[in-house]
Amino acid sequence: MQSREETNRSRKNYSLWLSAWRRLRKSRMAMFGLALFAIICLGAIFADVIAPYPYDFQNLDETFQFPSAKHWFGTDSVGRDIFSRILYGGRVSLQIGLISVLISVTIGGSLGAIAGYYGGKTDNLIMRTLDILLAIPAILLAITIVTALGPGMFNLMLAIGVSSVPSFARIVRASILSVKEQEFVEAARLSGCNDAHIIFSHLVPNIMAPIIVQVTLSMALSILSASSLSFIGLGIQPPMPEWGAMLSAGRAYIRNYSHIVLFPGLAIMATILSLNLLGDGLRDALDPRLKN
Amino acid sequence: MACVTHLIRALRISEQVMNMDEKILEIENLAVEYRTDDGVVKAVNGLDLTLEKGGTLGLVGETGAGKTTTALSIMRLLPDPQGVITSGSIKFAGKDILSMSKSELRKVRGKHISMVFQDPMTSLNPILTVGDQIAEAIRLHEKISHADAAVRAQSMLERVGIPANRYSEYPHQFSGGMKQRVVIAIALACNPQLLIADEPTTALDVTIQAQVLALMNNLKHDFKTSMIIITHDLGVVAEMCDRVAILYCGEIVEYGSLEDIFERPEHPYTKGLFSSIPDLDTKVPRLTPIPGLAPDPSKLPEGCKFANRCSMRMPECVKADPPVVNLDNLHRVKCLLARGKDAKRHATLG
Amino acid sequence: MLPLVETKDLKKYFRVPDGWLHAVDGINISIDAGMTLGIVGESGCGKSTLGRLLLQLLEPTDGIIRFQQKDVSSPNKGQLKELRKDMQMIFQDPYSSLNPRMTVAEIISEPMRRYRLYKGAELRERVVNLMNTVGLEQRLENSYPHELDGGRRQRIGIARALALEPKFVVCDEPVSALDVSIQAQILNLMMDLQEEYGLTYMFITHDLSVVKHISDEIAVMYLGQIVEQSPADRLFEQPRHPYSQALLSAIPRPKIRKEQQRIILKGEISSPINPTPGCRFAPRCIHAVDACRTQNQELIEVDQGHFVACQRYDEI
Repeated sequence: MQSREETNRSRKNYSLWLSAWRRLRKSRMAMFGLALFAIICLGAIFADVIAPYPYDFQNLDETFQFPSAKHWFGTDSVGRDIFSRILYGGRVSLQIGLISVLISVTIGGSLGAIAGYYGGKTDNLIMRTLDILLAIPAILLAITIVTALGPGMFNLMLAIGVSSVPSFARIVRASILSVKEQEFVEAARLSGCNDAHIIFSHLVPNIMAPIIVQVTLSMALSILSASSLSFIGLGIQPPMPEWGAMLSAGRAYIRNYSHIVLFPGLAIMATILSLNLLGDGLRDALDPRLKN
Repeated sequence: MACVTHLIRALRISEQVMNMDEKILEIENLAVEYRTDDGVVKAVNGLDLTLEKGGTLGLVGETGAGKTTTALSIMRLLPDPQGVITSGSIKFAGKDILSMSKSELRKVRGKHISMVFQDPMTSLNPILTVGDQIAEAIRLHEKISHADAAVRAQSMLERVGIPANRYSEYPHQFSGGMKQRVVIAIALACNPQLLIADEPTTALDVTIQAQVLALMNNLKHDFKTSMIIITHDLGVVAEMCDRVAILYCGEIVEYGSLEDIFERPEHPYTKGLFSSIPDLDTKVPRLTPIPGLAPDPSKLPEGCKFANRCSMRMPECVKADPPVVNLDNLHRVKCLLARGKDAKRHATLG
Repeated sequence: MLPLVETKDLKKYFRVPDGWLHAVDGINISIDAGMTLGIVGESGCGKSTLGRLLLQLLEPTDGIIRFQQKDVSSPNKGQLKELRKDMQMIFQDPYSSLNPRMTVAEIISEPMRRYRLYKGAELRERVVNLMNTVGLEQRLENSYPHELDGGRRQRIGIARALALEPKFVVCDEPVSALDVSIQAQILNLMMDLQEEYGLTYMFITHDLSVVKHISDEIAVMYLGQIVEQSPADRLFEQPRHPYSQALLSAIPRPKIRKEQQRIILKGEISSPINPTPGCRFAPRCIHAVDACRTQNQELIEVDQGHFVACQRYDEI
């Protein structure tokens, strides 16, 4: 005979994350997204080992080659191996995606948390300022920043990061609003916690779910934005490979040598798709309604 | 002359007996499971229940006892696919509920069997006026015009103590108690034969609860509705019910008339429930709670499910499921301690 | 004997679009050390707001709060920190009053960590002691609240409230969300703790049978005001205010009552926003006369320690 006490003992360290992971595993789409994203990441991380050629190695005898055993994705207008460039380009894209999102989360999240927690005039001031920022189309904002600060990877990440700040702020603010009225927050006050401690040690850990979902979706958007900016020449400068830049460079040859744009396009698509699938799956798995 | 009065009396009694015997609901050996990621939860285990026409049954139990599951099973409203009726039969007015098709069920729900849920805040559609919600319920089951349905809805509103001119107001304009009255109006709009009320007043203030219970009693007499009141509050049961079933771990551990349960409780759990309630009329230095906790419904023990908390536990109690002992024509208890008692009663009557 | 906690004409008004919501409107209470004051009322009467005012979770609009004879109505940060060690709360909802991301040990130890009272092994020992005191098995130290049932969660809340060894504990409906058989366990625990640690309770509830069991004195609240206050037993034997009478008669008793006359109140509670002068219960009171609707009712002492806010108390 097993009472509830004994059952609790066997499930002692069953954290909320584990049960979320179990739910995530059930979604085939989410798992596919996760696997695909993992492959892309591994390709980027181990580019040095996997890539058969250096990304800037020009071989003018082998230009415009179609995919073959020697060059899996073919070669571009100056004979560089596209497969290698895709791998190294992945490194660039993923870095941009990750770091720009980190910038958005930190700045946007903090602003949203402060606005949501204190409410009133503080809330108004922060959110209306961010609304002004939102009113500017993200790409335009990014272009402005890059033009002002000059091209280059860090400025690109900053530009994209800043343009995502309002959406993070909004999500964090909404989540904080819903959690801060819970009694455990009052209990924390009675226990001697100050505001900062309450926000960061009590509230934030409880709103990780929507933040995580937004992180995956934002990464997808960042990578897309980076590609768009590089496409118009404001992002990564050659010879550093970047998928959007590769698309742009291959535009002229699209009719006869479509493989030059096909593979970067597919790479962008695969990354965005995998992140979106993963994000959707995470949203369902972390749904607080299912937690109880 | 005397034999005529005797005859009339005999006819009246037999009519009563006939009505009493007419069972509106018969549940036999019902078993319901919830299939979840964490395992199978046995919510209801071998439940037997009958309700006579016009009677009011109180289904009493604490959280997890299986009361709501039983109610939802009667209406076949269990969550799909997790909730599964694994065995047993449910007969409503002689018709088998479990074998009905979806369209047949739809005709039964709302028209013949109605349900009132606990939380009036979420039971009403916020974007429809209260009058329209009652009218909609009527039109779903009867072929009458919009205008006629509206008139009927207005009279239902008056019946539940809400002025008819509030027909066009929205749920958010009403307080909790009034919302619950609207819910009752919707439930009774088509004059169902059976009303199932799941903790209908738990979310309401005590003075409002008194109003709503009084209303339900009046309507019960006017409409002659049979009722099942699901609650954990023995006080509500004493107000409303003439039959009581005590539920524990998905089984009925004791069943009887109101007097049987309140004046002659037999099962240790029933007795424990009564002694854990602070009594308004007497003061005791300490309450006598039931020690321990109910067992995990996904890992139910062999033998009596109450044994681990029972102060009168015997070694045989954990070995096999105790039998149901019929103490008299209505009162029955599922406990080894009652074993000799039906024999005793027969002896004294005989 | 000087009271531990006192309030004088305590008020809390909230600004709403239509005006001012009088949540707590002129409350005078006095609680002696070791005593339990029960606060009874239905939703909207202001009892929870009163509890939070006493603990400085809300700022009073007007009036004075005294703790150990010192004015604590608007404490500065330092005073507040000291006060929090002496005044704690047990919350109603065992689900939302515990941080889902913290283990049992973390929840119970947090007050002591914030105040840097104990560290390391000593802290852990203190947590284990508290868990024993409230009847929680030690092996549950690293469990999360969602793994445990309502009764156990409430025990965690009680252990947390006791961590700083407070003198005064506000209990906001601590057993309302629990099953009947568990309620009794927790009530017994609370009474044992009161005796052992000399705690003073303010017990807020809508459940009259529970409040009678645990309180020495009871105050009945209606729309932000106290309408009757008396020693616990006396209130049940002789409720003098029409609202108290209706409240008591409305409770469904677990006894078969033969045709008892129940006082069923008509109508609903009136709005606490911009209330007009006069008795706030008058719209629903069967004994109301014109004077009731225009004159504010003051608490009148009708018997020793028994106060009623009704000028017609001896006529009904």
